[in-house]
Amino acid sequence: MIQAILVFNNHGKPRLVRFYQRFPEEIQQQIVRETFHLVLKRDDNICNFLEGGSLIGGSDYKLIYRHYATLYFVFCVDSSESELGILDLIQVFVETLDKCFENVCELDLIFHMDKCNCWVIDEASRRKKWEAQRHQQVHYILQEVVMGGMVLETNMNEIVAQIEAQNRLEKSEGGLSAAPARAVSAVKNINLPEIPRNINIGDLNIKVPNLSQFV
Amino acid sequence: MALKMVKGSIDRMFDKNLQDLVRGIRNHKEDEAKYISQCIDEIKQELKQDNIAVKANAVCKLTYLQMLGYDISWAAFNIIEVMSASKFTFKRIGYLAASQSFHEGTDVIMLTTNQIRKDLSSPSQYDTGVALTGLSCFVTPDLARDLANDIMTLMSHTKPYIRKKAVLIMYKVFLKYPESLRPAFPRLKEKLEDPDPGVQSAAVNVICELARRNPKNYLSLAPLFFKLMTSSTNNWVLIKIIKLFGALTPLEPRLGKKLIEPLTNLIHSTSAMSLLYECVNTVIAVLISLSSGMPNHSASIQLCVQKLRILIEDSDQNLKYLGLLAMSKILKTHPKSVQSHKDLILQCLDDKDESIRLRALDLLYGMVSKKNLMEIVKKLMTHVDKAEGTTYRDELLTKIIDICSQSNYQYITNFEWYISILVELTRLEGTRHGHLIAAQMLDVAIRVKAIRKFAVSQMSSLLDSAHLLASSTQRNGICEVLYAAAWICGEFSEHLQEPHHTLEAMLRPKVTTLPGHIQAVYVQNVVKLYASILQQKEQAGEAEGAQAVTQLMVDRLPQFVQSADLEVQERASCILQLVKHIQKLQAKDVPVAEEVSALFAGELNPVAPKAQKKVPVPEGLDLDAWINEPLSDSESEDERPRAVFHEEEQRRPKHRPSEADEEELARRREARKQEQANNPFYIKSSPSPQKRYQDTPGVEHIPVVQIDLSVPLKVPGLPMSDQYVKLEEERRHQQKLEKDKRRKKRKEKEKKGKRRHGSLPTESDEDIAPAQQVDIVTEEMPENALPSDEDDKDPNDPYRALDIDLDKPLADSEKLPIQKHRNAETSKSPEKEDVPVAEKKSKKPKKKEKKHKEKGRDKEKKKEKEKKAADLDFWLSTTPPPAPAPAPVPSTEEAGVNPVTASKDECEDTKTEAQGEEDGAEGQEQDKKSPKPRKKKHKKEKEERPKGKKSKKQPPGSEEAAGEAAREPVQNGAPEEEPLPPESSYSLLAENSYIKMTCDVRGSLQEDSQVTVAIVLENRSNSVLKGMELSVLDSLNARMARPQGSSVHDGVPVPFQLPPGVSNEAQFVFTIQSVVTAQKLKGTLSFIAKNDEGATQEKLDFRLHFSCSSYLVTTPCYSDAFAKLLESGDLSMSSVKVDGIQLSFQNLLAKICFHHHFSVVERVDSCASMYSRSIQGHHVCLLVKKGENSVSVDGKCSDPTLLSNLLEEMKATLAKC
Repeated sequence: MIQAILVFNNHGKPRLVRFYQRFPEEIQQQIVRETFHLVLKRDDNICNFLEGGSLIGGSDYKLIYRHYATLYFVFCVDSSESELGILDLIQVFVETLDKCFENVCELDLIFHMDKCNCWVIDEASRRKKWEAQRHQQVHYILQEVVMGGMVLETNMNEIVAQIEAQNRLEKSEGGLSAAPARAVSAVKNINLPEIPRNINIGDLNIKVPNLSQFV
Repeated sequence: MALKMVKGSIDRMFDKNLQDLVRGIRNHKEDEAKYISQCIDEIKQELKQDNIAVKANAVCKLTYLQMLGYDISWAAFNIIEVMSASKFTFKRIGYLAASQSFHEGTDVIMLTTNQIRKDLSSPSQYDTGVALTGLSCFVTPDLARDLANDIMTLMSHTKPYIRKKAVLIMYKVFLKYPESLRPAFPRLKEKLEDPDPGVQSAAVNVICELARRNPKNYLSLAPLFFKLMTSSTNNWVLIKIIKLFGALTPLEPRLGKKLIEPLTNLIHSTSAMSLLYECVNTVIAVLISLSSGMPNHSASIQLCVQKLRILIEDSDQNLKYLGLLAMSKILKTHPKSVQSHKDLILQCLDDKDESIRLRALDLLYGMVSKKNLMEIVKKLMTHVDKAEGTTYRDELLTKIIDICSQSNYQYITNFEWYISILVELTRLEGTRHGHLIAAQMLDVAIRVKAIRKFAVSQMSSLLDSAHLLASSTQRNGICEVLYAAAWICGEFSEHLQEPHHTLEAMLRPKVTTLPGHIQAVYVQNVVKLYASILQQKEQAGEAEGAQAVTQLMVDRLPQFVQSADLEVQERASCILQLVKHIQKLQAKDVPVAEEVSALFAGELNPVAPKAQKKVPVPEGLDLDAWINEPLSDSESEDERPRAVFHEEEQRRPKHRPSEADEEELARRREARKQEQANNPFYIKSSPSPQKRYQDTPGVEHIPVVQIDLSVPLKVPGLPMSDQYVKLEEERRHQQKLEKDKRRKKRKEKEKKGKRRHGSLPTESDEDIAPAQQVDIVTEEMPENALPSDEDDKDPNDPYRALDIDLDKPLADSEKLPIQKHRNAETSKSPEKEDVPVAEKKSKKPKKKEKKHKEKGRDKEKKKEKEKKAADLDFWLSTTPPPAPAPAPVPSTEEAGVNPVTASKDECEDTKTEAQGEEDGAEGQEQDKKSPKPRKKKHKKEKEERPKGKKSKKQPPGSEEAAGEAAREPVQNGAPEEEPLPPESSYSLLAENSYIKMTCDVRGSLQEDSQVTVAIVLENRSNSVLKGMELSVLDSLNARMARPQGSSVHDGVPVPFQLPPGVSNEAQFVFTIQSVVTAQKLKGTLSFIAKNDEGATQEKLDFRLHFSCSSYLVTTPCYSDAFAKLLESGDLSMSSVKVDGIQLSFQNLLAKICFHHHFSVVERVDSCASMYSRSIQGHHVCLLVKKGENSVSVDGKCSDPTLLSNLLEEMKATLAKC
């Protein structure tokens, strides 16, 4: 079982935090911080396994991580997972991210693979992409790879296909970004005096007539 | 103006999406918290909007904030709102937020049940998928119970995407709702052979996860996994399976033997390091589980060690690390093969990677022998000096101590050396492990009597040296060793060279800077020292000297009396008074030494750490009994007011209930146990029966293991441990010479040097004799200690609940709860309706018959279980060709079929049980319910239902068949293929205004030449139907089985009554002579219809049609066996062709499978081979080809008549399409 998947940058800022076991938010942050400090002091050319599992579980747990330019991908797993297998899985995950974002947006890639097979992240573009609209997307991709702490799919093509199908579905619905924009204009066009009045009445079931078409 | 402001704020509020939020957070680095709290306020406003898009956007932002550590549980209800949005875009956002923030404590989670159920049965696979993913993160016991059945249905979904998710989530469901494991397991097992690799891998994943916790329940799956292992090419699946085998082998050594060869092959052939590594790991596990006696045993070990060496030597640090990890496993059983790589491992100690150094250290632990201990420890000591960073140095320190002290100091030949190592370790600055060193010093000094003199001299110099005292101010743990030093010098003061000097050292003012507990020991041991000095002086007649010592004590003790530590203060004051008293006596010239040393007479023996726990409870002592009855008990309260006046009598009534009311007592005891179980501080008594051993008190009975050997070495002065290494070498050399001499004299005589403990001696060890005469006193245990080691299992372990015997047939009470009512919607096909209803109602046989049936079933079950066990045994005992998995040959009941039959048996069990259990509760409940037909809500459901139904309603073994067919992309279909239309195998038998009869004929391979006819009776009238009897006119070929003693003309009673609107199923068994032709039987159902107006006798005639297809039983067949069958040439052939078929090939095959009980053997494009078998063992093979608008079916069968009849029937079916 995978207990947790953490992605953070070189400064320890979390980029993706996914626990498959319940921890209160402050503990989660603490785990991220401690894990960050654990992996930060490790050179890049030493092994990718850490027995610092005391954060999450007993001695049965291991931290398996990979470091790509500015990002750390850390998986906390128990002994039922193969160490090398998880390393491969991280690679699959990262490559999938690359592939998905490449296909979605040709402006800037999160990851480039150069000839030495080493991953470089374009700092400027990463920030924009990773943090903002991609945050959800990364979660969705991860959900196709790992589900409830168990490996769901390792075939990259399959993962990409499912993600793309879902994104198409979302697009056909208009997407989230489109919806609020329209919703905003709808709200803006509402006859203003109505809003305060309704609020004053305290009627919780205000029906904004223009909105129905966007729901 | 105000309105404008409102409008402006609304603009801003809606404009902010996640991207803006992220940008905003970055731009407000200084006051991030403030900015975010402002954002949260906005989000709260947004959540109040009615627009779902705005809500979703808000929830989206919350998910991001959650990652940053903000609690978003307050928005749980809004998240649910977004989850229930109809658009996928929003749903996905909602479920993601839920999966990030929901947990068992989220109270609104119970509101989600229906929403999730709806999404699970949604026609869009992505709605279903997103619900499954979300649920996997926040499933609670309640959700698991309520949704288990829905998820189980999804395991047979047409889309592999859903199947694999459903399979995976089952593990979470099992964890939360263990009762679901047994009902769901057969289907889970089927999925191991799913045609989709993703689903297969998910199933393997789940079963491995289950088996890891409770391996013994999954041993029976070994043949199946073995087959998968030899056939699968998916490395993920292979790794999981191989890991699973690693967990199974310890339970079944024979399995290990079987595994060795394929695993070795894999090791040789694979290029994937991950797979290689897991193979090596499992081979190691196998070798550990095998005691010995395998011829290629050592070869396998060699292979493993050799491969691991390659890993360790690899430049990839990951491989190096794992190599060392696996090496440590080999080490436990085959230390010798690892020891030869000592050089490599010592090399790893110099690695720059701390993880690797730690692993190497672990290995060293197991690699030491008497011969190399000193050398290894010396190497480690140099690392201690070099090490930067206290963590690693501390680790080294503990490792050194572990290595030396392991198995009762087994490898230490020279304890002086060990003491000096410990003393050297005290020079470590800043270690946290001072107490460890101290414990070792104490342990060695107490248990190795011979070393006491040396130890005392070392300890006194420790007490003397200033560095430890100085360092105590730095708040590090090394001053702990002074605790040991002081105690040893005090307790064994008779060995001190200069006791006076030591006494002064211990009374130095600086001592008061030490921690309190150390000072306390100082104070206590100062007196011991003082006592022994006093005795010496008095014996020597130096009265003045004695008085001087006393004076010293009187002068110095007050500094301890002023201590802030209570313990120190108390001891010091006591002792000061004592010494003052002695001083008075001394002034009168009274000899006091005897009396003073009497204070410390006797020896302190080491007590085992577990000793307290092992003290048996004496007979007659009930630890659970109250010493004083609790006051709050209501019953005793009644008597209290009276008791106030006569106190004498009060006691009696108080006692009485405890003697008389045993029930009450038992109840209280139970309550107390409960309480104690929850109290972490309560030491539990062992429940095992107490044994009384002969108790003979005294020191003589402490077991002492003696080793008497050559001359003790004495090294005066402060030693350096290095010198021992040199000395040791010389000594060994000498011993060797001596031994050689002796050997010449008397060959083959018993070896010198008894072993201390039953450790496995290696050749090299035996040559080395300890340097000292050592008694290692074993630790004291209480007399009549309980011998058994209590298994400290955590009762709260969630995996314990999953320790369930899966081979046992399902019991009636075990079925998954099925959602019985769905939101109303008009039902579109009433005909399909009644089937599930009927299924629920199923039979409610009269007790007599039920009993009879059950008995038979029980017997069958027993047989099956035995058979299954035998199967595994058989599978394990034979040594079949390694590479190909045993393929079942349908014509024979050979061993190879066993895995398959076994699984089929189980399916059947499930089926029969599932049906059996549906009577009773559900039936009764149904009786009260309104007679309206059931209604369904979703189209999807309609597709789902018949599927579930099908697997239940088909003849025995059909479930297996479904799994079998599922292996082909026929039934489940590739994503582009349309879902199968719903079908029912029940056909109309007869109907009138009272009753409608539908029936299904099922063959069974178990009962020779018997078919079961399941008849669903549906009451369509307003009357209660009762006294139903079914009479059938037997023919020569087919006879109805009747209860014993009844004649051919008697009817068979239907074991239930039907209230209005209710339907139920009855089963009747027919014996068939010949199956080659179809058969029609005339029959009548007679019943009494009773309503308000009265009762009438009614009857309904019917014709029971036994088609040839109904004699067929879906039997799986593998393509190679199929080919063999066709090759044999003793099958006759026939064919039909049907034109004008528009049906897709997939549906076509499904139809044939369903109506004619075939299973698909192989399918290539629009051509498929199929197989089935009659209840009398005829093989029927089909080749189905689809042309433009036509279908041709070629058949081969061992009976030509049967074949032609079957093809005719098939033609009729196809023509209907």
